[in-house]
Amino acid sequence: MREDKDVLTVTKPLENREVVIEIKDLRKSFGDNHVLNGFNMRLYKGENLVIMGKSGSGKSVMIKCLIGLMKADSGSINVMGKDIRTLDQTTLDDLRTDVGFLFQGSALYDSMTVRENLEFPLRRHMNKFGEGLDTESLVLETLGNVGLAHTVNMMPSELSGGMKRRVALARTLIMRPKIILYDEPTSGLDPITSKEIIELMLSIQQKYKTSSLIITHDVDCARVIADRMILLVDGIDYAEGTFKELLKVTDQKVKAFFKH
Amino acid sequence: MMAKAQITEGIKDFLIQIGELSHFAGRFLREAPKRPFEFNELLRQCYSVGNRSLTLVGITGFIIGLVLTLQTRPTLIEFGAVSWMPNMVGISIVREIGPVVIALICAGRVASGIGAELGSMRVTEQIDAMEVSGTNPFKYLVVTRIAATTLMVPILVILGDVLALFGSYLVEHFKGDVSFQLFFNKIFSSLDFGDLIPATVKSFFFGFAIGLVGCFKGYNCKKGTVGVGMAANTAVVMASMLIFILDFIAVFVSDIFYEL
Repeated sequence: MREDKDVLTVTKPLENREVVIEIKDLRKSFGDNHVLNGFNMRLYKGENLVIMGKSGSGKSVMIKCLIGLMKADSGSINVMGKDIRTLDQTTLDDLRTDVGFLFQGSALYDSMTVRENLEFPLRRHMNKFGEGLDTESLVLETLGNVGLAHTVNMMPSELSGGMKRRVALARTLIMRPKIILYDEPTSGLDPITSKEIIELMLSIQQKYKTSSLIITHDVDCARVIADRMILLVDGIDYAEGTFKELLKVTDQKVKAFFKH
Repeated sequence: MMAKAQITEGIKDFLIQIGELSHFAGRFLREAPKRPFEFNELLRQCYSVGNRSLTLVGITGFIIGLVLTLQTRPTLIEFGAVSWMPNMVGISIVREIGPVVIALICAGRVASGIGAELGSMRVTEQIDAMEVSGTNPFKYLVVTRIAATTLMVPILVILGDVLALFGSYLVEHFKGDVSFQLFFNKIFSSLDFGDLIPATVKSFFFGFAIGLVGCFKGYNCKKGTVGVGMAANTAVVMASMLIFILDFIAVFVSDIFYEL
């Protein structure tokens, strides 16, 4: 077990707020490559937590362990009071409807239209919404919230990178998740589109009152969106604080993140 | 020494593949009877498999009938046995040539298509997206495709057989002035259930093998776009090999029943 004093914590933990995700001592290795070496984090209700790390630092592995796409070697992952490592498949699937995931490459189903992409998760979890759900209006409303109602009958191949990201976000939002996990939401996008996506993420958080965990190495994205940040270095939560607080830290490993 | 190590490594890889394929088949058998049943996707896949191969199977079957008759005719004339032509063509096409050739065509067309499609979905995280949306991707993608090939390949084999026999009839009609009724009467008088049942049963197994290998290679695809190409390529090779192995087993088993 790692000692808590190893972490360079700048802000005090927000003990009085409800924790929606808690990861303790998460470890994951691929052969001799130890990617996560006892990672810890807490996501509080309604906050935007940014996790920054260099490429290959284990950010994506961590988020995939968090949603159950990868099995961690050890540690505990608690999502809304449930340890996902001990859940059976049905309970895990139900839990996943409350946790949206925006993939780095959007991951839209390319054999389906935008409408079918949005309807796909909806049709499988109708029970969440009760009887009398009007899928057509829900699809159009959700697409409208990301400014793309006119693309409803288009195929993903007809959309630009930024539009794909927005549709993927709409597909996540249609399930009305309580938590949204973003894996590199601005990667591969030009600065203007990146800015639009960040603004969209902020407006969505305000509108849907979601808690967000954002994995990124984009400092500009972190500056705008982060309520709190964790720096992932050598497979551990190396430093924690707000953007401004971490910017003042003199530790070389922390400073390396903010050099531009 | 080097060659010996390579051979050992090759055998080891082969055995690992067989083990993983068996495990994958076991998972299919466990998941297939579980709810929910994806009937709409199954129908879509049946249409896709059938429609995708229909023209190729039809043309190939017809040409096999033509060529087989044209090639065999001079020899049968030499032995004064040309009147046995319908019997010979009927038995050889229905029992062996039809199922194996049509299955090989489907392996090339369908197994590679499934391998490439699922491989592409894997590397673009579409399968992961399906999983985090609370849908079992194995049931939705794999079970439906294997079931579709298992159901559709026997139908394609029957279609190919019919067109091959029709091609053979055309040659006999124009070269030997044989009537439609006489030709097909001779064919049906030479065939019994012992010819039809093993051929149909092995076609189901061929279809299962084609779907299984295509899905196995695509679902477990790695290494990005290169991996997609490899998945499509190796799916064809492995499915073709399996078809020959299954054919040998089918002939061996049906021979035992003949002797009883």
